[in-house]
Amino acid sequence: MKEISELDFPEDLYYTEEHEWARVTDGNVTIGISDYAQDQLGDVVFVEMPASGDQFKKGDAFGTVESVKAVSELYMPIDGEVIRVNQTLEDAPELLNQSPYADGWILEIKPGDASQLETILNRDAYLKMLKES
Amino acid sequence: MSKPLAPTGLNMNEPLLWEMDKPGRTAFSMPRHDVPSAPLHDDLAGDGPDFPDLNEMGVIRHYTRLSQWNFGVDTGMYPLGSCTMKYNPKINEKVSRLKGFAALHPMLPALMTQGALRLMAELERFLAEITAMDAVSLQPAAGAQGELAGMLLIHAYLKSLGVKRSKIIIPDTAHGTNPASAALCGYRPVRVTSGEKGILTPHAVSEVMDEDTAGIMITNPNTLGLFEENIKEIARIVHGKGGQVYCDGANMNAVMGMVHMGNSGVDVLHLNLHKTFSAPHGGGGPGAGPVCVANHLAPFLPVPRIVVKDGVYHLSEAFPQSVGRLHSFLGNFGVMIKAYAYILSMGAEGLKKASQLAVLNANYLKEKLKTVLHLPYDRPCMHECVFSDKFQRDQKITTLDMAKRLMDFGFHPPTIYFPLVVDGAIMIEPTETESLEEIDRFVEAFRIVTREASESPDLLRGSPKRCRVARLDETLAARRPCLMG
Amino acid sequence: MRYLPHTREDIAVMLQAVGLESMDALFSAIPDDCGRRDIPDLPEPLTEWELDEHMAALSGNGAVTGHHDNPHMVFLGAGRYEHFIPETISYLLGRSEFTTAYTPYQPEMSQGTLQAIYEYQTLTARLLGLDAANASLYDGASALAEALLMATRITRKKKVALSGLVHPHYRQVVQTYLRPSGIEIVDLPYLSNGTTDTSALGAMEDLAGVAVQSPNFWGCIEGLAEIGDMCEKSGTLFITVFTEPLAYALFKNPGDQGAHIACGEGQSLGIPRWFGGPGLGMFACRSQYMRNMPGRLVGQTEDKQGRRGFVLTLATREQHIRREKATSNICTNSSLCALMAAMYMASLGGTGIRELARLNYDKAAYLKGALQRAGFRIPFESPCFNEFVVEFPPGFKATYDRLLRRNIVAGLPLDPWYPELKHHYLLCVTETRTRSHMDAFVEEVTS
Repeated sequence: MKEISELDFPEDLYYTEEHEWARVTDGNVTIGISDYAQDQLGDVVFVEMPASGDQFKKGDAFGTVESVKAVSELYMPIDGEVIRVNQTLEDAPELLNQSPYADGWILEIKPGDASQLETILNRDAYLKMLKES
Repeated sequence: MSKPLAPTGLNMNEPLLWEMDKPGRTAFSMPRHDVPSAPLHDDLAGDGPDFPDLNEMGVIRHYTRLSQWNFGVDTGMYPLGSCTMKYNPKINEKVSRLKGFAALHPMLPALMTQGALRLMAELERFLAEITAMDAVSLQPAAGAQGELAGMLLIHAYLKSLGVKRSKIIIPDTAHGTNPASAALCGYRPVRVTSGEKGILTPHAVSEVMDEDTAGIMITNPNTLGLFEENIKEIARIVHGKGGQVYCDGANMNAVMGMVHMGNSGVDVLHLNLHKTFSAPHGGGGPGAGPVCVANHLAPFLPVPRIVVKDGVYHLSEAFPQSVGRLHSFLGNFGVMIKAYAYILSMGAEGLKKASQLAVLNANYLKEKLKTVLHLPYDRPCMHECVFSDKFQRDQKITTLDMAKRLMDFGFHPPTIYFPLVVDGAIMIEPTETESLEEIDRFVEAFRIVTREASESPDLLRGSPKRCRVARLDETLAARRPCLMG
Repeated sequence: MRYLPHTREDIAVMLQAVGLESMDALFSAIPDDCGRRDIPDLPEPLTEWELDEHMAALSGNGAVTGHHDNPHMVFLGAGRYEHFIPETISYLLGRSEFTTAYTPYQPEMSQGTLQAIYEYQTLTARLLGLDAANASLYDGASALAEALLMATRITRKKKVALSGLVHPHYRQVVQTYLRPSGIEIVDLPYLSNGTTDTSALGAMEDLAGVAVQSPNFWGCIEGLAEIGDMCEKSGTLFITVFTEPLAYALFKNPGDQGAHIACGEGQSLGIPRWFGGPGLGMFACRSQYMRNMPGRLVGQTEDKQGRRGFVLTLATREQHIRREKATSNICTNSSLCALMAAMYMASLGGTGIRELARLNYDKAAYLKGALQRAGFRIPFESPCFNEFVVEFPPGFKATYDRLLRRNIVAGLPLDPWYPELKHHYLLCVTETRTRSHMDAFVEEVTS
């Protein structure tokens, strides 16, 4: 596992305490897991994702990500309806390790209330949380 | 010790069965076709399976060579913690295959199976004696099914009192089977943390025990190899709120005939005949997981039960409060035979001696290794002790690296990364059947491994070197599952 | 005691090393009120030779075929089948590297078990016509219970349908496993031809799964393909159960008839009856449900040098990782029995297993025909494999008891489970019965 200083946390994202990230693009929100999360998990072997159209509330578990010897639940950063899932992860779950913020995105949602993003962490707050834990 | 064994040239390559297929060969002596062929509808007939054809010596060599890639208790010391890999007596194997047992049909009229029923009835009594519980069912097929039986018993008992509860207390040191078994009964596990001494405190239990909690699942001795000294007080707290105490007896080998489970407040306990009572593990079963109960739970035991009437043994389902049936027939009788033979060979004093020596071996090993391995709970242990890789972390050497390197010295590694409460856990259970010399050899091998960890860490990361294969790619196996050829 | 290596001197050396005076001091952690002073009341220990004699005596009265002192003729099947087992299998089980190993957690030291179980999974999946089989479950009954639980997890529905011609013990076990979770079980009745009446299924849209046994408890072959079609249309998982997998060497396999899951008992594949256990829970499914399967799975992979090897895989489904959210609580399963079954299937081969299945079919047909000609009624006309139901005349119980005294077991009376079927008996014939055995039996029941 890497030191926190060796990991990457883009400025323009929102983060959750459970290590998901959220990015706003054209009014929709893309969701994935942070570099820290993928590093902690190790080689990701499987991602269980919801279907398009599924509705979730902020904090709901929407799927799981599995490494060889661990399973983590994925939690919704904000309310929303799933409009797209990253199908390529079914055959290439390693994208979560290789490119957590780009090719390894998990979901795109239509937010129920985008202002909820302001209630979760920005990069600095997330880094602070990681360093303190 | 540090000198490697010379390669022997006996490690044969062996293909998969179907890579040796030659249609027309057979390894089976086909009985005579002494009746006419009966008509068969075409639309019912299938193609039959795509199995390879081999001859008899082909089958023998295939499995003989595969067996040579395996390590068993008969090969060497196998100190897997919480698995009790003791010697499996050979006479027990022989008697379990006696024709009058092995070829016996389970639905024969009882008068035709009196010997087998008597064996089961006596084994029930022996196990009740050894644990000091009141009644026993031999039906559960393995430890986890014994746990399920225990949960079902508690569920049924509470229901008979008109009580429905939704939670069960499970300590952080528990086997994963405990929460999984409880969940099958609809109970939500409530985690309770072990205290500083590695055992549960009455205070921690009283904090979570309430009137919506069905009881507690407690492993005693626990998976840190420590006796839950507060069991009686914990049982009092749980009983005080109307709950029941389930004891996971996976670690019974430490205390055969030495603990009065009933007086300790235990209501139901499961045993593993394939651990404590010497039946071999078979590379993953079959086992047997009998449940022993206090009197108030006896009416709920699984059916059928063995009853005696006028000196004749019968099977009876006439227990209206029973949790029902758990097994297709009576449980794993073939495994029961071995446990029965073991108990008859050992006697009460012999079993107690076995537990004493199991505990002595573990404590000796703990003393000898604690200078080179971190011992999180430095206290007298029961039948196993738990170390960690904390001393090796500076070299970035992990428990896994040390476990793999031990293989090169001819030892099966201990249980690793369990219990979860110890980071990088190394859980060692030598059992009573290992001699002082063998334990000394193991200790020396482990000391060499820890020395190598600081002097030549890459040697450990590249181990094992002397097995059939090097470290296997588990990520590839899980990402692109290939479960059949 | 020969299993304990410690000499008096060893014990002294070891006690000194741990700094204790006596063995009792090792147990100081056990509080007085939990310990016991009495010695358990067990028999005096036996020598190896006494034990051998005692066990021979206990096993001696068992009613088994071919027992030299006490030979019996047993026409019982009903979930445990008498088949010839090649000596090679018991001989190979003497390889204690298999027998005395634990679950293969350390693959580098367990390639023997792992490759053998991978081969077992493959042969099982091929026999059942499905994509993936697990490393085994305890027995047929718990395999069915696990399959039904799996169906409820996948579909998130809480109702299942179970054929009334599934082995009655299996139905009891299903009750035990499913009742605490509040899953509703609908029983499907039977038709006069001896197969399951599935007419009610069309009206049940909230079903997680439908379980049908074939050959069923009465030995009859079910019309699986039709039920498979119905399930496919309604989004219900089709679970086929079996107690006699040898039948699939002759009849169409479950996968070809639309089964999503096939599960059951593998005892008949080279495993002794052992008074009912251990058996072998066989379990296979379509690949899309692989990650929902209970039990261990062995997968192929490579080592660092690119050599083929095998590991336990997809472990995140299991209790030691997922704990209360696991697909099952199973840990120890029936690995050695799976090994026996693999050895048996390999010994028969594709050619042999077809021939053996045909032999079982023909022998059962022979006895059925002979009994019919002798004037007994065969109530269910559906094709059967190696067992079938006969209706004997009222008062047959006396004949049955007389035959028992002559060491002949004339099948299993069915009225304990089907009270409407008075004087109906389930008879089983395998390759172990010769024509002369069967002729003699017909003569006995008619005399």
